[in-house]
Amino acid sequence: MEAFSCRCYQFNLLLVMLFVTADIISTVEFNHSGELLATGDKGGRVVIFQQELESKNQPQCRGEYNVYSTFQSHEPEFDYLKSLEIEEKINKIRWLPQKNAAQFLLSTNDKTIKLWKISERDKRPEGYNLKEEDGRYRDPTTVTTLRVPVFQPMDLMVEASPRRVFANAHTYHINSISVNSDCETYLSADDLRINLWNLEITDRSFNIVDIKPVNMEELTEVITAAEFHPNQCNTFVYSSSKGTIRLCDMRASALCDQHSKLFEEPEDPSNRSFFSEIISSISDVKFSHSGRYMMTRDYLSVKIWDLNMESRPVETYQVHEYLRSKLCSLYENDCIFDKFECCWNGNDSVVMTGSYNNFFRMFDRGYRQDVTLEASRESSKPRSVLKPRKVCTGGKRKKDEISVDSLDFNKKILHTAWHPQDNIIAVATTNNLYIFQDKL
Amino acid sequence: MANMYSKGTKRKFSDGVDNKAVAASYSLQRQSLLDMSLLKLQLCHMLAEPNLCRSVLIANTVRQIQEEMAHDGSWQVVTEALGGSGHGPSDRLVDTEVLCQSSEQQDGGPRLYSVMGYDGCREEEVVTDKALCSVVVGDRAPALLLGTIGHCWDRGELRVEDGVSKDSGTGEEEGTKSGEGAKMATGQVFGTFEIKNGAPGSDPALEELFSDVDASYYDLDTMLTGMQSAPKMGPYDFLDSLASSHGSVSNSSCRADLNELDHIMEIIVGS
Repeated sequence: MEAFSCRCYQFNLLLVMLFVTADIISTVEFNHSGELLATGDKGGRVVIFQQELESKNQPQCRGEYNVYSTFQSHEPEFDYLKSLEIEEKINKIRWLPQKNAAQFLLSTNDKTIKLWKISERDKRPEGYNLKEEDGRYRDPTTVTTLRVPVFQPMDLMVEASPRRVFANAHTYHINSISVNSDCETYLSADDLRINLWNLEITDRSFNIVDIKPVNMEELTEVITAAEFHPNQCNTFVYSSSKGTIRLCDMRASALCDQHSKLFEEPEDPSNRSFFSEIISSISDVKFSHSGRYMMTRDYLSVKIWDLNMESRPVETYQVHEYLRSKLCSLYENDCIFDKFECCWNGNDSVVMTGSYNNFFRMFDRGYRQDVTLEASRESSKPRSVLKPRKVCTGGKRKKDEISVDSLDFNKKILHTAWHPQDNIIAVATTNNLYIFQDKL
Repeated sequence: MANMYSKGTKRKFSDGVDNKAVAASYSLQRQSLLDMSLLKLQLCHMLAEPNLCRSVLIANTVRQIQEEMAHDGSWQVVTEALGGSGHGPSDRLVDTEVLCQSSEQQDGGPRLYSVMGYDGCREEEVVTDKALCSVVVGDRAPALLLGTIGHCWDRGELRVEDGVSKDSGTGEEEGTKSGEGAKMATGQVFGTFEIKNGAPGSDPALEELFSDVDASYYDLDTMLTGMQSAPKMGPYDFLDSLASSHGSVSNSSCRADLNELDHIMEIIVGS
């Protein structure tokens, strides 16, 4: 796929759409063509946006998305056996590659994964032989001719229906789902286990990773994210709270507790503190589209790994290094546990991740340039280009810079997504969804 | 100060007065961090969204601090200082053990496990002294802390999976193993977190509970504005009512109701 080759620091990003959601957005995901954008929220709802047909033809307005479908994916549940409330918050959405007219996506909360079919209906049958148009049955004695119903156009209706429910396979909270490149299976990962499912079969799943210790006393590490390789259907990775990534080959054995590769960067002794482990915990892992690299996000940085080199990442980008001296406060108010996601652009040349104060960061891998942008109504006048932001880390604060102490840590951007082909990005603040595109 | 604190490098005690002052300050801050972490662990089940990863990370941090303290010899200093406290620390230890047992009789699980097995304990908004079982420490601090916390996880987990969970052995075993080590520390440092059961007369104890908490860690990074510690609360807002010590009566009656309910459930379930 040929994506725009602008460098990120040359991006002139325009705010194209701003949606205010009813509930806190918990996940954002483009489908494989980029025509659809799905968001999940804390209330268990999924909202799907569709790129406007007109804008697909007019390059100037590529980023026009409108609400396409809304449905309640998960409801709050109460597990009576364990006396537990199960949150309906959607943790992840993953689209299946499109095979026919309908679209399919997987959505998951803490415990249950559901496969949803989203289909359009723009015709309906009319002209029944035995029924009136309003559905009442005609008096049989008045039926003297035979007629066959025909399809007539109607207003477009988008229907979402649950096709599969994959339940009761996870004791702990699901943090990841990932569809395999074979389009037949997918994995779901919780804190201690990873299960492999067949999309057709809901009453069985295979456990492929289990890191639960025999003695829970010995638990010191949990699984934080997992993903299938984009091309190799036998390969997946999972990251841990200790900053390690394990690559597993399902051909090696049924239970992939033994990793094929272990990616871990040795700790920098000069930066060691009581918070070292916490900030090394990986919150997200994403393969590049090419499958050659993977990206991990820990609290302060984004790292790019070459799958052929386990000893250290090939690239490291500091997201907000100025927070390193504030770790104690961030620990106190729990911000240090925030799980930021990250994403690649279509041709793997730029990566993006969120930060605080509604800032998000882009890193251009080729030119080694980065930019900080802000997703807020004040700074995003429609149709005017986003201005890069700068955080002042000490000394004299220049005009337009913001000092570390003025950052709002309640305004965090945890979820971002990049259109698979174009330079259109979706950025979620607490309950606003921003869609930016670059100005041509 | 902040820079020094963020690095966990060991300090050598030397003759210089400056070094001693620096080391003392470091120890103080380290202790604050330990206190803060233990409080977080206890309140884990009061989060709106319980989080195993967060709990594990906090527990690991506690373990690290304690290992360093033990290695430093500061642990010995702390424990010696507490040796003369009025309460026999071993008495206090026995108290927590008794509480561990009584919670077992009540259908195991949920109330105890502020750290793990939160599958079992999520809905429990009431903090009880049983939560204290998870913070027994001593010479063999790391293992012990692990032991009790893990025991909590384990039991919660057993309850979830087997539904049978009467793994009563481990807790007591750990308790007796604690021996000379554990006795000392629990007394002052962690005993302050202990919440007495039931009676309205526990108000003074509740105030005492929080009077001993070192609030200096709130000031550690004063440059950051708007960053007050605010554990996410469940609907009961227990912490606030404790601190104000007004709601304790209604809380204890609430707790009594819950205990009664559990007792009834126990009969029905036939455990």
